[in-house]
Amino acid sequence: MIQCANVYKSFADKTVLSGVNFDIPSGEIFGLLGPSGAGKTTLIKILTGQLAYEAGSVRILGENVENLTGEDKKKIGIMMDEFGVYERFSCVENLQIFADIYGIPHIKIKETLEMVGLQDAMRKPAMNLSKGMRTRLQLARVFLHSPKIIFLDEPTSGLDPQTMKSIHKIILEKKETGVTIFLTTHNMEEATALCDMVALLNEGVIVEKGAPKEICRKYNHQKKIKLHLSSGEDLELKHGKESATEISRLFEAGAIETIHSSEPNLETVFLELTGRKLQEDA
Amino acid sequence: MRNIIIVIKKQIKDTIKNKVVLIQFILFPIMTLIMENAIKLDGMPELFFTKLFSIMYMGMAPLTAMAAIISEEKEKNTLRVLMMANVAPWEYLAGVGIYVWTICMAGAGVMATGLEKKDMLFYLLVMGIGFVISIVLGGCIGIFAKNQMVSTSLVMPVMAILSFGPMLALFNRTIEKVAKFLYTQQISVLLNKMSFGQGNGESIIIIMINAAVFIALFFMAFRRRGLE
Repeated sequence: MIQCANVYKSFADKTVLSGVNFDIPSGEIFGLLGPSGAGKTTLIKILTGQLAYEAGSVRILGENVENLTGEDKKKIGIMMDEFGVYERFSCVENLQIFADIYGIPHIKIKETLEMVGLQDAMRKPAMNLSKGMRTRLQLARVFLHSPKIIFLDEPTSGLDPQTMKSIHKIILEKKETGVTIFLTTHNMEEATALCDMVALLNEGVIVEKGAPKEICRKYNHQKKIKLHLSSGEDLELKHGKESATEISRLFEAGAIETIHSSEPNLETVFLELTGRKLQEDA
Repeated sequence: MRNIIIVIKKQIKDTIKNKVVLIQFILFPIMTLIMENAIKLDGMPELFFTKLFSIMYMGMAPLTAMAAIISEEKEKNTLRVLMMANVAPWEYLAGVGIYVWTICMAGAGVMATGLEKKDMLFYLLVMGIGFVISIVLGGCIGIFAKNQMVSTSLVMPVMAILSFGPMLALFNRTIEKVAKFLYTQQISVLLNKMSFGQGNGESIIIIMINAAVFIALFFMAFRRRGLE
């Protein structure tokens, strides 16, 4: 559905993308994970035909991205943080413009706004919407014409956890309908919760890619089990047969308060591979 | 064609909500009606306010509206969304241009109510031509400006020259010598004569040169910057 082969892009002397490769099958959520400045937005702009690239090939829906026709573009939905909404228009009026462009009956507007949870704000001018509601409106604009591929650039950036969760739910519902979703994020929890596949992007290079759980398992070098005991003591045991008796004994004695395996998350994998954190403030 | 109509519909809806643009469109027609009916001085030329405000309207409304609409859409990144939804840049510009021209013509229609019936067609034709040139120039500024602030700073001096030049030329010979190269000044000359008859050759040539220069400028700006 989306193929990116050996893509290079530079701005002046700075190489922003260097040999980026991936292939996203139909119906999957693919997450591009990386810190600010890693090249995520540049890549999404290249994939959506907003930006030219120097070398490599990008194919969307089986077509070279530069040769996409108007009809092909109607099968694509894009939400970027920088994309605005018509501030003086209500949610309905905002969507009416795009319903007319895509030739969609206006009845679908109400359905779409209900889908993203904006049914109570339909007549509210966009300028009076909260950041979360505005994101939902942008999502509604993307979903309105039922695209086959959706590009989401940091869809939950700056949102509160509750709104973030509800947006995740909407994205997963869309996936259930067979839509292919490409999303960029610097939030590893979001990537783990949503994505079938992730690529870790650092300074324009994909340093690792695969299913989030597989990646975490691959980098599980410590293989330890961490226990917090009722006595307040913390215990680290080897992840192996030799620890089974000890763990069983502690359970029987009711001495275990919490127990965790030590496998890493995407954040720690990224840190191990690049020496950088995904979120600078994390 | 469908996308052009969609852009026009969007703009009409926005006019009601966007008071800044709305004022631009209705200010001079209303002022003309009021002043023509309220002020009558001995020795004042016939239809003085209609002709004066018509030129100011032509130099201000289409220019500022065009530049403001395009630069706002660029600044808020709604223009990019339209482009990504497969609205071609020329469709967008045509839609906004047709909308601005139509509203301005409606305003000119109001301003023409004081004219004799025989002069109305000439007046509207000349105003229509002037509006087109102002729209092209406003489009240039809108394309060139990255945001509304840059657009306003570019529009203000251009608007002042185009609108006030012909008025100041009434009182100052030196200004008249310079202002004669402006299409607004030459349209003012045509409106004073109310005919395309003999002796208007110079005015028509200057208006055509103005139009050609601004159209060339428009295409240069568009080729260089597109609607990015």
